[in-house]
Amino acid sequence: MANYFLDNRDLLFHFNALDLREIAGIAEEEYAQSKEHRDAPVNYEDAMVNYRTVLEMVGDLAANRIAPRASDVDHEGVSFADGVVSYARGTQRNLKELSQADLMGMILPRAYGGLNIPFTVYMMAVEMVSRADASLMNLFGLQDIADTVRKFGTEEQRREFLPKFCTGEYTGAMALTEPDAGSDLQAVKLQAYQNDRGEWFLRGVKRFITNGNGDVLLVLARSEPGTKDARGLSLFVCHSGPTVKVRRIENKLGIHGSPTCELQFTDTPAQLVGDRKFGLIKYVFDLMYRARMGVSAQALGIAQAAYEEALSYARDREQFGRSIASLPAVANMLIEMRVTLETNRSLFYHAALCVDRKEKLEERIAALKKAGQPVTEETAALKAATRIANLLTPMAKYVLSESANRISYDALQVHGGTGYMKEFRVERLARDARITNIYEGTSQLQIVASIGHVINDVLREWLDRHDMKEYRGGLGSLAAAMREIRALFLESLRFVTERKDAAFQDVAAKDLVDLYSYLVMGYLVLDEAADEPSKAFIANRYILSSLAKARANAEMIKSGVFADLLHADTILV
Amino acid sequence: MYRSIVLVKQVPDTANITGNVMQEDGTVNRAKLPAILNHEDRVALEVALRVKDRFGGTITVVTMGPPRASDILRECLYMGADHAVLISDRKFAGADTLATSYVLSEAVKRIGAYDIIFAGRQAIDGDTAQVGPQTAEKLGVPQVTYLEEIVDLQERTLTAKRKIEGGYEVVRAALPVLVTVLKDAAEPRPYSARRMMTYKGARTLMEIEKLTEGNPLLYADALRHEYESRDLFIDTMTMDDLKLDADRCGVHGSPTKVYKVESVVLAGGGHAIVEPTRDGISALIDRLMDDHILG
Repeated sequence: MANYFLDNRDLLFHFNALDLREIAGIAEEEYAQSKEHRDAPVNYEDAMVNYRTVLEMVGDLAANRIAPRASDVDHEGVSFADGVVSYARGTQRNLKELSQADLMGMILPRAYGGLNIPFTVYMMAVEMVSRADASLMNLFGLQDIADTVRKFGTEEQRREFLPKFCTGEYTGAMALTEPDAGSDLQAVKLQAYQNDRGEWFLRGVKRFITNGNGDVLLVLARSEPGTKDARGLSLFVCHSGPTVKVRRIENKLGIHGSPTCELQFTDTPAQLVGDRKFGLIKYVFDLMYRARMGVSAQALGIAQAAYEEALSYARDREQFGRSIASLPAVANMLIEMRVTLETNRSLFYHAALCVDRKEKLEERIAALKKAGQPVTEETAALKAATRIANLLTPMAKYVLSESANRISYDALQVHGGTGYMKEFRVERLARDARITNIYEGTSQLQIVASIGHVINDVLREWLDRHDMKEYRGGLGSLAAAMREIRALFLESLRFVTERKDAAFQDVAAKDLVDLYSYLVMGYLVLDEAADEPSKAFIANRYILSSLAKARANAEMIKSGVFADLLHADTILV
Repeated sequence: MYRSIVLVKQVPDTANITGNVMQEDGTVNRAKLPAILNHEDRVALEVALRVKDRFGGTITVVTMGPPRASDILRECLYMGADHAVLISDRKFAGADTLATSYVLSEAVKRIGAYDIIFAGRQAIDGDTAQVGPQTAEKLGVPQVTYLEEIVDLQERTLTAKRKIEGGYEVVRAALPVLVTVLKDAAEPRPYSARRMMTYKGARTLMEIEKLTEGNPLLYADALRHEYESRDLFIDTMTMDDLKLDADRCGVHGSPTKVYKVESVVLAGGGHAIVEPTRDGISALIDRLMDDHILG
């Protein structure tokens, strides 16, 4: 029987390579939870068995229940009548089964009905669900909404909201975007005000809200009248109800199974989450780590599905008396797709582990502080993990969402005219991929979020260690190519910083982030190849083509080609 | 609150037959096929779970089979069954439906009071559809076969829709009752991740004994007690446990003898042209009557 976990050699490779000892230990309170909860693991090995069990089950659900319904979900879409949003029938069944399988609160604590699964493992589940039906990720993959209540809410709020997320009775939404506050969330206007008793209410409009019809909404609102920037914004949680009206749903290019709503709040009772004025700068910022990783997993799932479609079509399709997969031009496209997919997956799970570790260290520090114990060591580790997560999260989102678009574009191309037709899955995948480099921050914004860390060369020590590492055999020459890419990066970086020109730095940022991403993925795959011979081909293609691209990136930066930006008004007639 | 018992069977996965599974004489090499929970039994468990979801109660799944049938019992626990019972003994080998239903009915009596017994209509390996009805008969309870839907369940009365040739009928039966369930009656739910993590370590007596083999520090009784205390023990019954009549078990208790297995290859034979005339049609009808196809 098909299984999206067991049939995916590369995903299995990453699962088998996971070292979750520290993360699982913290999550399970050094396995003390097993004394209270029968489903809790008794030791690390047991925990890994649990994680594998869950992933095998998600792989089965994704392949045998969710994927076969995806085409109908896409075709049927969501419907909207009399202010009520209804999911496609397939989506309804998917949600019911995911709830029956206890998967809707995977990452939430057991005390509220969750499974207490580490974030990294959850991301593997999100990848598989997205491969089956990308639009379902927007319901299954947004458990971080509940997790934000868990992290920053009061115990009372946790008890009020979390259990029903776990049973699947509640779905949620993040209501951040407004007509005039898209990428620029500091401009949020939706008003939050208090009555005499200090109770909060919301009033205003939100737009492009994924699953805005959900039962529980996290709302970013202006709680400090008269302010205009991020410091006047707070985060609220509220139930849907008569005061939250869905005004319309959007008619979209892709992810048809996921409703995108315009919401009007009319004096909606709400509860403050955490402290006032920290809505954007602390809580939404924190939520964004996980939300961006979720979209990256979605992009990876779509890319995997598109690659599979292209490969099987190319092998079956005969032209000129042979399968088109044997034509060099097509074979080359397929190899390029496979290499992108695998190196992207390496970046993604490296980043996921980093985010996971950061969050768990935060938990441990909180627990230690509560017990009055010293936290010096943990604080230093957290600081280091946070620095890296701050780079890898936007970098992964940028790289993976752009790749998903390229892979699904090429996958459609491999199909030729057939791929343009609705009967073939690849057409849906190409449409679904298109949103991934837009929502939760466009690629351009991910570059903005990354560039500071790239300029600070936050991975310097990690890269130094790799530069010095000995790689055996043929990998030695790839290591030399990596050192060359690094030299190109450093040279380009010096060129940009020495110019001290903010506008130039803005346009050169993309090339610098690209260069840095080659270094991350290149060394990750080189390490993998050192342990796993089948990765050598991937490393070879990736590093050599990255070197060629790195030369182009460096040339773009140094050639002065961007100087014409000064003449934009003249050129853009 | 209803106490349900679900009869399940481990069967070869005939949907995934590969080259080396079929033997030259046309029989199947069972050892080479993966063993799965018979699909209609899974549906029967789903129907039982829906009764439990709605009215409350308990579900006990029972299987008669080799020790490795514990796999499907764990799967039933993952779906939501409360208890599992394995009936296993070398002396049960070669049982036909008569011997099987004898063992199952005695095991059911041993389990205790029940309201509804659910079973799949038939297993994909034997295709007899006899074990359910024969078990009901031996227990002396009414049976509703070919169940498509439970229409209503009130106090001690079950109203059910059952499939009949050319349509369906709605029947009423007093509890306790045995029903056999068709595959379209319900779509089985997925396993619960939490239950998988909870029950992945559930073991039968044979499996516990195996753990103690070659380990002088482990005692089966003590280990069994530990599994019981953690609610991870799959109740295990042998012929002696059930105090069964050996002459009615296994090969001895099975009057069905397989005389011959033939590999029938369906192939198109010759064809005849029938002229579309009165004479031509008459000749065709005569021939069909001679062959006892008509009349």
